[in-house]
Amino acid sequence: MTIPEVNWTSIGPELILIGTAVMVIFLDLVVKGKKKDSLGYFTVLGMVLALVFVVMDEGGVTKAFGGMITNDSFAQFLTVLIVGVAIIVTLMSMQALREGSMDVGGYHTLVLLATIGMLLMVKGLDLIIIFLGLETLSIAIYVLAGYRKGVEQSAEAAFKYFLLGAFAAAFLLYGIALLYGATGTTRIEGIAQYIALKNLGTNPLLLLGIGLLLVGLGFKLALVPFHSWTPDVYEGAPTAITAFMAVGVKAAAFAAFVRIFGGALPLIGFQWKDVLWVLSVITMTVGNVVALSQTNIKRMLAYSSIAHAGYILVGIIAGGSVGWSAVLYYLGAYAFMNLGAFGIVLFYGHKEEAHVEIADYAGLGFRYPFLGAAMAIFLFSLAGIPPLAGFMGKFYLFSAAIKSGYIWLTIIGVMNSLISVFYYFRVTVIMYMKEPIKEVALEYSLPITIVLIITLAGTIQMGVAPTFYLERALDSIQWLIR
Amino acid sequence: MEYPILSYLIFLPLIGVVALFFLDHTKEKLLKGFALFITLIEFVLSLPLFFMFQTENGGMQFTEYLSWIPRLGIAYRVGLDGLSLWLVLLTTFLSCIAVLACWEDIKQHVKEFLVCILLMETGMVGVFVSLDVFLFYVFWEVMLVPMYFIIGVWGNPARKIYAAIKFVLFTMVGSLLMLVAILYIYFYHASVTGEYTFDLLKWYALTIPHSVQIWLFLAFGLAFAIKVPMFPFHTWLPDAHTEAPTVGSVLLAAVLLKMGTYGFLRYNLPLFPEAFVSFVPVISFLAVVGIIYGALVAMVQADVKRLVAFSSVSHLGFVMLGLFTLNLQGIQGGILQMINHGLSTGALFLIVGMLYERRHTRMIAEFGGLSKVMPVYATLFMIVTLSSIGLPGLNGFVGEFLILLGAFRSSVTNVIFVVFAATGVILAAVYMLWMFQRVMFGEVTNPKNKNLPDLSKRELMVLIPVVIFIIWIGVYPKPFLKPMEATVNGMIKRVEQRVNKKNSVQEGKVSFKALKVVKSQEEQGA
Repeated sequence: MTIPEVNWTSIGPELILIGTAVMVIFLDLVVKGKKKDSLGYFTVLGMVLALVFVVMDEGGVTKAFGGMITNDSFAQFLTVLIVGVAIIVTLMSMQALREGSMDVGGYHTLVLLATIGMLLMVKGLDLIIIFLGLETLSIAIYVLAGYRKGVEQSAEAAFKYFLLGAFAAAFLLYGIALLYGATGTTRIEGIAQYIALKNLGTNPLLLLGIGLLLVGLGFKLALVPFHSWTPDVYEGAPTAITAFMAVGVKAAAFAAFVRIFGGALPLIGFQWKDVLWVLSVITMTVGNVVALSQTNIKRMLAYSSIAHAGYILVGIIAGGSVGWSAVLYYLGAYAFMNLGAFGIVLFYGHKEEAHVEIADYAGLGFRYPFLGAAMAIFLFSLAGIPPLAGFMGKFYLFSAAIKSGYIWLTIIGVMNSLISVFYYFRVTVIMYMKEPIKEVALEYSLPITIVLIITLAGTIQMGVAPTFYLERALDSIQWLIR
Repeated sequence: MEYPILSYLIFLPLIGVVALFFLDHTKEKLLKGFALFITLIEFVLSLPLFFMFQTENGGMQFTEYLSWIPRLGIAYRVGLDGLSLWLVLLTTFLSCIAVLACWEDIKQHVKEFLVCILLMETGMVGVFVSLDVFLFYVFWEVMLVPMYFIIGVWGNPARKIYAAIKFVLFTMVGSLLMLVAILYIYFYHASVTGEYTFDLLKWYALTIPHSVQIWLFLAFGLAFAIKVPMFPFHTWLPDAHTEAPTVGSVLLAAVLLKMGTYGFLRYNLPLFPEAFVSFVPVISFLAVVGIIYGALVAMVQADVKRLVAFSSVSHLGFVMLGLFTLNLQGIQGGILQMINHGLSTGALFLIVGMLYERRHTRMIAEFGGLSKVMPVYATLFMIVTLSSIGLPGLNGFVGEFLILLGAFRSSVTNVIFVVFAATGVILAAVYMLWMFQRVMFGEVTNPKNKNLPDLSKRELMVLIPVVIFIIWIGVYPKPFLKPMEATVNGMIKRVEQRVNKKNSVQEGKVSFKALKVVKSQEEQGA
């Protein structure tokens, strides 16, 4: 037996984050009272270091740990994205932790651990590693979802998410097992090669395995019909964690999705593309239509995030350099605008999330001009109004679909974004065109200000000057194009 | 070009917006004065466009190019021709008027209102000068947001939200389908030439198969038809107009609606010439229905503003009829009528707004005999009313006459349409004069109207410039018509060549029509 080559730099960011997590646990014992804030800054520091590490590690190694882990440009793109999301989520959480009664040290540690899980999902070249990453992140998130002590909805969210998540994990694992049965390997590349070699296009074992994989990942991505947990969990979890689930978990799961379907199963695309077509259409339609009738802003954003997953599927169905890079681009755009919107929901929601009904936003626009304008920009971007990130993302996604000849899918997609215009604009109606019904006193803090400035700048920049991100996205998917 | 006028025009209002953020929001006069200053500079800056415009040149002038998203073939390309020249000038002119007109009207959230107006100006100018389809789409959509806020925040409290949302949704339906069509052409262009680009002028060279053209024409056409608005897509317009504040209605009527008609000429005609010819009967029919329907509905309105709104449907029907004649007079008349409608209907909304400021009602029944109380107001109102009807000597006549003449001589439109359209002129006289009579003449029956003040100096400053142009175009339209001639001829020629080429290749209905087009051109040449 030979010991596989170990390449520590390939998991540098993870190591840094683990180190940070361990230190946060210890610091939590030492730091008391008001100084707990510093734990948050310390966590952010660790994440920034991880980010710097990835950015400095230009090129990286493509294979490590005997081909189980990769650090290719695709993984690097998503590492930057996920760590970036984690930083913003941590900053947002600091605002909530100041006001609430949640345990600070454990919270930051769990966010760090969840981030590590996401990074493993992104870097895994083996289905087992991807599963490992998924479980690491899931367990941390289950706990975080129930972090609002004494709040029934939060406990419900955690429990619901845990039960259904466990089921989904079983599906995923079973799918992996069947894939292993059909191809004799769990390596992404190995599966692709074996399928090509044996021409396994219609192998029932393989197809069943793919179906189960789809269910497992579909659960994490909240695709319809695997979405029923989403609204309750998103509503019950602390807002920052909701944002983390909506953006971070989704990015990681989509990365795994692209790895598996783009990397391992591209040759039998004719088998899964039609299924995804249907999933995409019902996901965006159900997400958007149900979002129309929501009165709670967290629930509305939950359903809207379901719809956005539907749009992203369009890119996966389209494939090709435009399609795959559009998926990555959209994940970036979605991260900025959605985190921004959730940041404002958290900030405006206040202690114990007292103001999360859409009606509570009445009069916000003129009372807090900056906050109102920022929220309007995030909502317009989510609705796909140019020249903002969301528009550029959708434009790119839909252009991929047209390029690959999916004209009807595109038409359904744009009509869906019309539906979404209605509920996103409705929030601006409340903000600007209704008289305030209650007094909400806000006090800006450093972390939330940083969050708003970064997300706002990103949302505008990705819309007005997308070239930088576009080139990175295109670089990152070269391995998928043959 | 030595210096980029068009970019100045696009970005100056944006700079104004940034500057506005730093001004104290309680100092209303300062804010309004500053916005007026910006729009005036903008207007002055736009004047060289007219003086330096080369009349014989039918192509794009003042062009600029800046790389933007090279990977996707998207660039900042702007330019101006005889079609967009007047629309840009109309925009910069009416923006000054709009700021001046909001002086007394808007008292709440003044800063935000002015920000919206300036953003609108950027968007409007941008739409008219974009030569990159992506850029055009961005401006086209961006415009929605400030207009949505203008209607929704400063509109009539009772139904403003309904009107604002309706406006946005209607416009978006069309533009999203247009986006799909844009992407389709983008990839079609790439598959034919191998070049990924959104350059409109390069797209003009494309020959798209006729069956595909039909679909693309419909996708673009729907977006533009809703904006025009053509019957039966007009239902958003009366609501938006009635609920919007005066300035909103003015900009909506004068400039936003023109984007639809402009779009037909800039996109549908050159990109899908064969489909354009095939659609002449349908569009002409809808245009005529719009003319008559708009007029009839206007006749029974009890609210003056709603009456003016429906008159827009009727007037824009004329414009559409003119554009789809495919000859010089018709299209020139159509373009001129866009300007005329902008001036007259804009002025009508201003006039109604002034009445509303005094009485806080717009119901015709509330008024009567105002000409005795407000003589100056009555005079200006009369001139604008007559211009809207199309009295010879005023601008409306020139446009409508050219359109009807063009339609009559056109080989693609049916004479029947002309006959029915002409009745629209008579109906216009009926509803406008009847309204005028009920509001202005007779005895002052309502005691509330006894002591209404006549126009203030500011209000005169708002109306007089518009009236000057109304008379100028009516008496001596040549300087207005001349610059469009070369451009319009170029357009017609392009259609002619394309349809002819097709004619030599394939027999059938379309080529029959093509023959008729050629015949009419020969007649006109003779």
